Amino acid sequence: MDLPAPLARYFADRGWSLHPHQAEMLARANEPSLLLIAPTGGGKTMAGFLPTLTELADGTHTGLHTLYVSPLKALANDIKRNLAMPIEEAGLPIRVEDRTGDTSQTQRKRQRADPPHILLTTPESLALMISYPDAARTFAGLKRIVVDEIHALAEGKRGDQLMLCLSRLQTLAPGLRRVGLSATVDEPAVIAHYLARHPDPCPILRADPGPAPDIAMLETRDAPPWAGAGGRYAIPDVLEAVKRHKTTLIFHNTRAQAEVFFHHLWLANEEALPIGIHHGALAREARLRVEAAMVAGELRAIVATGSLDLGIDWGDVDLVIQIGAPKKVKSLVQRIGRANHRYNAPSKARLVPANRFEVVECVAALDAVRDGTLDGDLRLDGPRDVLCQHIACVACAGDFDATTLFEEVRSVGPYSTLSRAAFDDCLDFVATGGYALRAYDRYQRLKQRADGTWGLRDPRAARLIRMNLGTIIDTDTLKVRFRGRGGLPLGEVEEGFAATLSKGDTFLMGGQVVRFEGLRELIVEVSPNPSKEPKVATFMGYKWSTSVQLADRIQEILHAGDFRAFPDHTREWLDLQLTRSRMPEPGRLLAETFPRDGREHLCLYGFCGRNAMQTLGLLVTRRMEEAGLDPLGFVATDYAVLVWGLRPVTEVAPLMANDGIRAALDGWLQGNAVMKRTFRNAAIIAGLIDRNFPGKRSSGKQATFSSDILYDTLHRYDPEHLMLRITEEEAMRGHIDFGRVELLLDTVEDRIDHVALDRVSPLAAPLFLEMGRVPIKGKAEGRMMAEEAARLMAEAGLPPD
Amino acid sequence: MRDDHAFTFAGHAMVARASGALHWPSEGLLVVSDLHLGKSDRVARDGGALLPPYEVRDTLARLAADVAETAPRAVVSLGDTFDDMAAAATLAPADRDALTVLARGREWIWVTGNHDPAPTGLPGTAAEAVTCADVTFRHIAGDGPGPEVSGHYHPKARMRLRGRAVSRPCFLRDDARMILPAYGTYTGGLRSEDPALAALMAPNARAILAGSPMVEIPMPR
Repeated sequence: MDLPAPLARYFADRGWSLHPHQAEMLARANEPSLLLIAPTGGGKTMAGFLPTLTELADGTHTGLHTLYVSPLKALANDIKRNLAMPIEEAGLPIRVEDRTGDTSQTQRKRQRADPPHILLTTPESLALMISYPDAARTFAGLKRIVVDEIHALAEGKRGDQLMLCLSRLQTLAPGLRRVGLSATVDEPAVIAHYLARHPDPCPILRADPGPAPDIAMLETRDAPPWAGAGGRYAIPDVLEAVKRHKTTLIFHNTRAQAEVFFHHLWLANEEALPIGIHHGALAREARLRVEAAMVAGELRAIVATGSLDLGIDWGDVDLVIQIGAPKKVKSLVQRIGRANHRYNAPSKARLVPANRFEVVECVAALDAVRDGTLDGDLRLDGPRDVLCQHIACVACAGDFDATTLFEEVRSVGPYSTLSRAAFDDCLDFVATGGYALRAYDRYQRLKQRADGTWGLRDPRAARLIRMNLGTIIDTDTLKVRFRGRGGLPLGEVEEGFAATLSKGDTFLMGGQVVRFEGLRELIVEVSPNPSKEPKVATFMGYKWSTSVQLADRIQEILHAGDFRAFPDHTREWLDLQLTRSRMPEPGRLLAETFPRDGREHLCLYGFCGRNAMQTLGLLVTRRMEEAGLDPLGFVATDYAVLVWGLRPVTEVAPLMANDGIRAALDGWLQGNAVMKRTFRNAAIIAGLIDRNFPGKRSSGKQATFSSDILYDTLHRYDPEHLMLRITEEEAMRGHIDFGRVELLLDTVEDRIDHVALDRVSPLAAPLFLEMGRVPIKGKAEGRMMAEEAARLMAEAGLPPD
Repeated sequence: MRDDHAFTFAGHAMVARASGALHWPSEGLLVVSDLHLGKSDRVARDGGALLPPYEVRDTLARLAADVAETAPRAVVSLGDTFDDMAAAATLAPADRDALTVLARGREWIWVTGNHDPAPTGLPGTAAEAVTCADVTFRHIAGDGPGPEVSGHYHPKARMRLRGRAVSRPCFLRDDARMILPAYGTYTGGLRSEDPALAALMAPNARAILAGSPMVEIPMPR
């Protein structure tokens, strides 16, 4: 396929020539599926669109030609801008529109009736389009689908949902060709399998990876603290770096850290350099303002989190600073890709470890980047909660034949091994609820018609199904506004965080200190507060964990005992660990116990991945509960688990006995918060629980009851129910790892190094900052309740009665 | 751990039970409120989610346990026994039988609520309100001087412990008024801080948290 004349002229006029991989994409435009692996800045998106622009250049195609799907709304906006230039200037007869959650109802309706040539959308919006009865007409002439950032989508359920939608599109438009655009990944074959119609092959096209990135730790005047996550000590050095570069992106691992850092960066910014902040909890208006300023080149630096992670083109970024250990090597490499969007210039990135343990993590991550090993855990077993949602989605569009749909689903890579029985379970769940007690014969959601096809019993149910489409489960958040002052929106905080606030507490929001005034109709009302230091330093945010591969490297580095590669301060810190306690050794288990802040702590260094460490936390807390040690909770990372309770652990060995973990956890596991959380997410995706829509929740009414009640009820009366089986599958996949814990316990046996300390050890200190604490609802909670109740009654002067 | 909480209300010795039931031993009275039987059925009928259809069975099992342990002379269901009238009509025969067995040999009074004007075809009698000694039992708190026991609001209270918050259905009480928690398995709660509840209860009101352990705290507001 050759470039059409107007487009060729457009390129020639600018002195541009196609990159080799762009030319090859054009040459292989007729492949049924094709995966392009290219570094950020390699003209990846243009490579994806060249065949489309070429095929549409003569103006003969009517209707939808190419569907572009990206994980981010902002990316769709960005691509629309980037396509507009060549289309307008080459005078191509091509209409491009986007369709995301922000698109108006009228526009959406028109797009289904009269689709543009190129439609830019997200997986959720695509699922919604497929759920309409006119989907067959909308997608009839579709020729190509371009899935951008497919490596990011392939990691989760959004990708699974998208691939199920693709299987539907393939039926509606049999000639559909698939193109995936991916950043550099370790196992492209896995992504190719994910993209292609099973069992079709999917060729992989690799672009020149470009020059190696210039990446190192940022040199700082002050040493990082022993513990801490914000990187505040490095602010003068970061500010210096910002001054020396055109535009700097400063990434943080959590919103809370980004907020705190931005706040202090601003206080130190004596020259008033234009610096902005961008993260997912900010109000949309605030985010759009920052994005616009960034595109216009008005900002010298932007403090950001994962909401800026994916391939948005932010113009002339020449430095990326990562505050805090990158946790995942892959995200580090992709973040580095933000810098220098010119293909042949090396990107420049500097790491700022936030504490001394993170120095170790950073050294390990830098090693991994140099070795070219990327981590990543891809899934090949399609989750069934997503399948349940897909079946309901298809039913909204019209009656379907179960066997045809089953075959379609099996053409999706992750679902290629799905059994008919497993499919039928999902169909039965969508139709009847799938209960042992057949209670809903009259109210079935799906009915089998006389001709054997399935369809909605009541077409009005489609509305509810559509409202619940999508696989992103947000934690419940509350909007934050200034009291009075026209109720200016500031952003959102998690409901759990809001619940811990008392009037007068100060916290950071949008880079400023605000004072909590009260809750009004599910809005957190705050007032501005002139103080510089917030009282409540943090709010919850996205949880990052170190990848297992990186944890392995860290363990090796610690075990080797050769700390020469480290800056002085970190070497001193590790030496101090050796003086105060000891280092974890292979084949043995280091256990530290110490009191801190009125609680007794036990820290176990297992280095076997967060899932396994979490399972170990469950096992240990169960045995502590049985032994009357009053455990209160635990938090797991990839290298250790920290348990706290009311009483000290003096004997570690009995807690670590391997007499059948599964049996030991029976009953304990199902009652645990981890399982209930997993159930809730799966139940929302599968359609058992409606999402809480803003506006639908009302404060004055008796609120809907918690999903925990449904979970407990199912366990009691219908323990074999599909939702419980899915919950268990999900837990095994995401949170529970029996195998590695058993291996650990068998390897260690009685080789336990128990060090009893009078205070927290250097190595354990960072664990106190980990997110994702799991509460234990045992006897200790009851004891604490009784004490607190007595205190409250005395304080109020109420006599016990 | 205590699984019930004894207290004095308007001069009478009463017991709040972990299940959310109120027991008045000297009168042989067991009071439960807001059973909302048939909620899953009603949600499905309205085209909503197909929830696990076991909540009637679960609610009645807990009620049977309370009846067995307190052996009351009379049971009062304080309104909103059924999620709606249709739910009362479609009660499964097994559940109907279970209720009949429970009501055998004792007085059973269905106070009418806002969801269920008067249940039909069940043992017992319907009433808008019941009075026992000087205490009036009705569904929604009234304007009278009391003493009075009601339901309707599904109160719940939250305690902040260090690092965690515990939220439970609760009994609210002051000198003249008591509001019972919802007893039904599929019932949510209304925070005690809600203006509707704050307006009803005196400043010295207390909340007794149901569940285990039971504790009494000043009503959070």
